[in-house]
Amino acid sequence: MTTTIATENPEISVAEIDKAKVKLDVQGLDFYYGKSHSLKAVSIPFANKAVTALIGPSGCGKSTLLRTLNRMYALYPGQRATGKILLDGEDILRPGVDLSMLRARIGMVFQKPTPFPMSIFDNVAFGVKLYESLSKSEMAERVEESLRRAALWDEVKDKLNAPGLGLSGGQQQRLCVARGIAVKPEILLLDEPTSALDPISSAKLEETVIQLKADYTIVIVTHNLGQAARVSDYTGFMYLGELVEFGETATMFTRPATRRASDYITGRFG
Amino acid sequence: MAVSAARVMSRRLANGAFTAFCVLVTLLALAFLAAILTTLIQKGVAGLSVDTFTMNTPAAGSRGGLLNAIIGSVLLCLYAMAIALVLGILAGTWLAEYAGDSRYGSVVRFINDVLLSAPSILIGLFVWQIMVANLLHHFSGYAGSVALALIAVPVIARTTEDVLRLQPTSLRESGVALGTPFWTVIRSILWKSASAGILTGGLLAFARISGETAPLLFTALNNQFLSLDMSKEMANLPVLMFNFALSAYDDLQRLAWAAALIVSGSVLGVTVIARLVSREQKQG
Amino acid sequence: MTIAQTDEAQASRRTTPKGAGFDRAFEYLCFSAATMLLAALGGVMVSLIVGGWPAFAKFGVSFFTSSTWDPVEGVFGVAGPIVGTVVTSVLALAIAVPIAFGVAFFLVEFCPAPLRRPIGTAVELLAGVPSIVYGMWGLFVFAPVFAKYVQLPAMTAAPPGSVWEKLTQGIPNGTGIMAASIILAVMVLPFIAATLRDLLNTVPAQVRESAYGLGATTGEVVMKVTLPYVRRGAIGAVMLGLGRALGETMAVTFIIGNSHGFPKSLFDSGSTIASTIANEFAEASPGLHTASLVAAGLVLFIITFAVLTLARLMLGRPRSI
Repeated sequence: MTTTIATENPEISVAEIDKAKVKLDVQGLDFYYGKSHSLKAVSIPFANKAVTALIGPSGCGKSTLLRTLNRMYALYPGQRATGKILLDGEDILRPGVDLSMLRARIGMVFQKPTPFPMSIFDNVAFGVKLYESLSKSEMAERVEESLRRAALWDEVKDKLNAPGLGLSGGQQQRLCVARGIAVKPEILLLDEPTSALDPISSAKLEETVIQLKADYTIVIVTHNLGQAARVSDYTGFMYLGELVEFGETATMFTRPATRRASDYITGRFG
Repeated sequence: MAVSAARVMSRRLANGAFTAFCVLVTLLALAFLAAILTTLIQKGVAGLSVDTFTMNTPAAGSRGGLLNAIIGSVLLCLYAMAIALVLGILAGTWLAEYAGDSRYGSVVRFINDVLLSAPSILIGLFVWQIMVANLLHHFSGYAGSVALALIAVPVIARTTEDVLRLQPTSLRESGVALGTPFWTVIRSILWKSASAGILTGGLLAFARISGETAPLLFTALNNQFLSLDMSKEMANLPVLMFNFALSAYDDLQRLAWAAALIVSGSVLGVTVIARLVSREQKQG
Repeated sequence: MTIAQTDEAQASRRTTPKGAGFDRAFEYLCFSAATMLLAALGGVMVSLIVGGWPAFAKFGVSFFTSSTWDPVEGVFGVAGPIVGTVVTSVLALAIAVPIAFGVAFFLVEFCPAPLRRPIGTAVELLAGVPSIVYGMWGLFVFAPVFAKYVQLPAMTAAPPGSVWEKLTQGIPNGTGIMAASIILAVMVLPFIAATLRDLLNTVPAQVRESAYGLGATTGEVVMKVTLPYVRRGAIGAVMLGLGRALGETMAVTFIIGNSHGFPKSLFDSGSTIASTIANEFAEASPGLHTASLVAAGLVLFIITFAVLTLARLMLGRPRSI
């Protein structure tokens, strides 16, 4: 499916993927924090119902890229993006996009677990209530379904009214996943979702991610190369605000096309 | 290297003197607190009786209690807190969530800090000018409550701002990431998450205004009778303490001490509760 | 695992979140509340200027320099209360500062851990006692003791014709400038102590530990390392205490003796701006008397505003209470 530009050690190598499979297509994206130019002409496709990992050293812009995808940056004056991000062919960067409706289609999970100060049930129901008026039983169904998909149901089904903050770190993070998918988004953005978790909780969350990709387009930012290799189908390697290499994970981790990606993957820098 | 024994000795002596001084002045401060509390309890309890809570303030020489003043004080404080909580929480929210580093934001922040320690009697003069002299043309419970509210607002605004700033950015962002309108993020997530801190601020503000006397002297004034009408002069414990304590009659002075005990007891009680709430929150 | 329906189909069923349109309105609401704070301070100033104007217009400079305060003749000069305000506040700080610093040092450096919280809370309670209670305690409990054990001995021991005698002349009834200053000192010391304690707690542990590592005694660490480290803030804390003392009303009103004119000695009775307003305002006749009291309030406003501004600039952002 993918074709690599066939030059010896190219500076930049971005594999193309079948247009029909692309859910979210970033085209020529530049991003500015005030005056600093932190994303430079980034173009990267995210394939439908697949996991794409973004890797690279700290400050390379991978989290920034993720935060443009749901326009989280719009919260902060002085941050702006130019270029195009096409969601099913529609540009989400154009003015006049309803950010609430956009974010209902694109869920996000953060580095540190962020349960809301309310019960487990209400945490999951919170987003749903914003967009839909469900009956009590419909809502209960939705909450259960979401918790099941986040692989948390069995651990919390007897204490749905307990506060979400009372759960362990790993459980809190899966609660956040459940909260995100309860709204029934099409895309999930995961920003280093395991960096605050212990190894066992991390493994559990990775398992969840792999199961979720059957239904969702997932973009995961990670510092952990092993994790990228385990969970993702595609990988983008970023450096100093540029997308240096993009391709199938298997290829990237065995035969990286660029020197910089190969140096990073083999641990020579970063 | 030679270490002079005399020098070591004199340094040790100096340190001993310093330690002794610190211990002594702390004991002195505690002694003041003990002396004030002892007086309050001795004289206050002596003035307490069933009449205190069932009868209105008397003329000198007749039976009476503090009923009208207690109810008046409660009313004044309730109205004041209702105003102050709304304004204080909204103002604190603006400072924490919307003001950012703007110039206007820092001006308001600074003004709020000045108001925190502004002389309360000047607040009273201000409210007198606006409400008593110009709007209503007589002393009233409303004027008293507004004056007290103006004293409470900065306290609540400041604590609200402080606790909202302590909430992690990721909490705001995860609300926004669900597509939640920002004002719903503030109301349903941030205020809830900061509720213990905001409650502490409210309690401290309440403690602060319930003993305030100066601004009530020429706003709510006083009232010999039980009145629930906030548009009229209203009896209240602090002004009653001022009038009765300085009167020449023993029975009125006894009532003043009873009032002092009631007011101080509630202020100190509320302060302790506020500290407990904020400690709970820090541990939780 | 059941997958109920495709999520794409879900999208069409969604409606925009309720109340999304109120975002702006809510921001304006919060903004207005914040602006109200500004308006309050501005309002205080404007109302004092407007209300006090007749007095400034009538008496001019003599309003500030004359110590004649005669409601019957309608002649008002606020120099006496200004002097009373400044003298009592400065004396109060002179007494309170060493004590407050000692308490803060004790809490941070010497206090056994289990006692730290109770003693800290006790200091905060001292700050919480309503000022009118300080006034009553000062007049009924402190004044008799002060008269008997301080004033009388000091006056009898004074050599005739000495400065000492001048400073201690008056009626030994326990009230007056000195007594008011002491009560004020007790009132402001917990504020200064609590602020300074919080400041000292912000000194990084390494700074203190490296001083101890050189063999410095606790006293040397405090006076030469930690206190200088928070010097600016400490000055701010003292200014904050001064601001409180200047504007304090009820405690002073009870015990200062309430006479207009310049105080002639430490034991003489006097008045402060705040005590004068508290005593006379409710009964003042409309017109010049009221205007003069409001004008006096403006003077107090300007003095405290200046002091508090300095304090805040020094302190940065201190604790909320």
